[in-house]
Amino acid sequence: MNIHEYQAKQIFAQYGVPTPRGIIANTPDEAVANAKELGGNIWVVKAQIHAGGRGLGGGVKLAKSLEEVKQLADEILGMTLVTHQTGPEGKLVQKVYIEEGADIQDELYLSVVLDRAAEMPIIMASTEGGMDIETVAAETPEKIIKVAVDPAFGFQGYHGRELVFGLGITDKAEQKKMIQFASKLYNLYMDKDAEMIEINPLIKTGSGDFLALDGKMGFDDSALGRHPDIEAMRDISEEDPDEREASQYGLSYIALDGEIGCMVNGAGLAMGTMDTINYMGGTPANFLDVGGTASAETVAKGFEIILKNPNVKAIFVNIFGGIVRCDRIANGILEATKMVDVNVPVVVRLDGTNAPEAAEILKNANIDNVIAATDLGDGAAKAVAAAKGEK
Amino acid sequence: MSILVNKDTKVIVQGFTGGEGTFHSEQCMAYGTNIVGGVTPGKGGQTHLGKPVFNTVKEAVKATGATVSMVFVPPAFVGDAVMEAATAGIELAVIITEGAPVKDMQAAKACATKNGMMTIGPNCPGIITADECKIGIMPGAIFKKGNVGLISKSGTLTYEGANQVVNEGYGITTAVGIGGDPIIGLSYKQLLQMFQDDPETEAIVMIGEIGGDLEIQAAQFIKENVTKPVVAFIAGQTAPKGKRMGHAGAIISGTAGTAKEKMDALSAVGVEVVVSPAEIGKAVKKVLS
Repeated sequence: MNIHEYQAKQIFAQYGVPTPRGIIANTPDEAVANAKELGGNIWVVKAQIHAGGRGLGGGVKLAKSLEEVKQLADEILGMTLVTHQTGPEGKLVQKVYIEEGADIQDELYLSVVLDRAAEMPIIMASTEGGMDIETVAAETPEKIIKVAVDPAFGFQGYHGRELVFGLGITDKAEQKKMIQFASKLYNLYMDKDAEMIEINPLIKTGSGDFLALDGKMGFDDSALGRHPDIEAMRDISEEDPDEREASQYGLSYIALDGEIGCMVNGAGLAMGTMDTINYMGGTPANFLDVGGTASAETVAKGFEIILKNPNVKAIFVNIFGGIVRCDRIANGILEATKMVDVNVPVVVRLDGTNAPEAAEILKNANIDNVIAATDLGDGAAKAVAAAKGEK
Repeated sequence: MSILVNKDTKVIVQGFTGGEGTFHSEQCMAYGTNIVGGVTPGKGGQTHLGKPVFNTVKEAVKATGATVSMVFVPPAFVGDAVMEAATAGIELAVIITEGAPVKDMQAAKACATKNGMMTIGPNCPGIITADECKIGIMPGAIFKKGNVGLISKSGTLTYEGANQVVNEGYGITTAVGIGGDPIIGLSYKQLLQMFQDDPETEAIVMIGEIGGDLEIQAAQFIKENVTKPVVAFIAGQTAPKGKRMGHAGAIISGTAGTAKEKMDALSAVGVEVVVSPAEIGKAVKKVLS
């Protein structure tokens, strides 16, 4: 689960990670009131969406008067912001964060993520703040400092020294501030079961202080149960409504732009099915994993969600029953044809546990547009043909 | 021969008396797995499925001599259960549970390594040595005895792959579902070595996914250490960038971990790479004939 910048900064504040002061606003009037409360004569108006690249997309602007705060907030609120991370459809801006202007002397980069190979968290830092870190990694990898921290022993002095000397920080007071900054961020990462924390840029001010000018955080979904405070930060308007509806039924759904709807059990087989459709000359319309406990109701729901997509010209149901029993899926298909108008050909391949019973159920039901397939290759070929209008 | 487990392996089940634990323990016993008991704290002294229940893994190991544990406890307790097994002298923990927090698994894996315990999973179908021992949730009937070893990140692709191998007239020595979570136990490298050393295994099927770089490391390992033919499929060639596809492992960030990168790396070291899982069976036939 991801959160907004302003929420990340609230958590930073709890842990003593320094940030500029700021207040969230839902309307231009609130934005002006917030700017007044913050004081000063320069403010930043920042669009709050779950995606990076907001500045380049026109979602982060500097205001030098209260009138300008109002005008910019008015412009940004309600705009559809398109960045390299939102996809071409963009994201609607519903909140703006009003932040005091900062005296930027230097821009750095700092993040904490899991290093899968080392099987422990890794702190990454770079002097190339404000840039896309993937570009830095590709072009000047030597400018990224990586420090792995073993949670069994925690953040030690040497971790801090590797960071500050790596970043070329020579002033004693600044070194101390930076080490504290990194150590607090690491503690927060561990305490809150974060998946990723990224601060880009982390700025050094004219007075030698370090501040998190931006903040991106993602959390381990499996651990949200023990963090009700984080769960409460969920913004459902940032999530795809179809994906969310599917997840309420234990289905994992992702829309794609092809023509063949897919319903499969297991993420690996679901991707493998999409790959096979592609290999046979078709295009998958979605990823849909019905999970391990599919019932007639969930399968019917799956059909409903797939058929909402007007591009779908055929559906391929590919189930290899291990935990999922094929007879349940067969009954689900029958249910679905009663509940939703399944107006496209449905190719069905059911294998594994109770496959013969399932075949019998479908045969007896005798539904016009259900086409039986014997295996994965056969099913994909039939689905591709059906989508092209061939029988 | 086979790897890791066989008909003599003594297995206990952690989370023995729960719904999932009960259902799958019964299925495993019906397949022939030598389940010698189980652990459910507070139910020690009872009998379940005709086997003794213990309060702690230590007691279970002492009383039964079990060396392998199948873990079915709920996600929030998996880390604890794995550490308990590791410190009680269990040699291999097969962790089926889905949804264990990454932080817990990180600690559990470190503890297992320190105590010399191997792990498989979490969030995986488990391990099966055909016709001898099933420790997991796979449909046993499709795994017929033969000479092909199978390693897979994905559960259902394990079944798909094994089924095709069997349909081509071959069979399986041992199949291992390693799971696709950020922290996993035994991975391709260790298992490839075991299959390379197993005299009965003549070919290896390796099924991977987008995300991470385990398959790239495996390619390097195959080049240096594996002389037996390997067939590989990588799921997710058509997965869009930055989208998470169910498995935690199946996420592409930037250019690292794409299906193409992995397929190229494996092809370059002589692995028979197929572009569709529907071709796995035929590819096995090709490398074995």
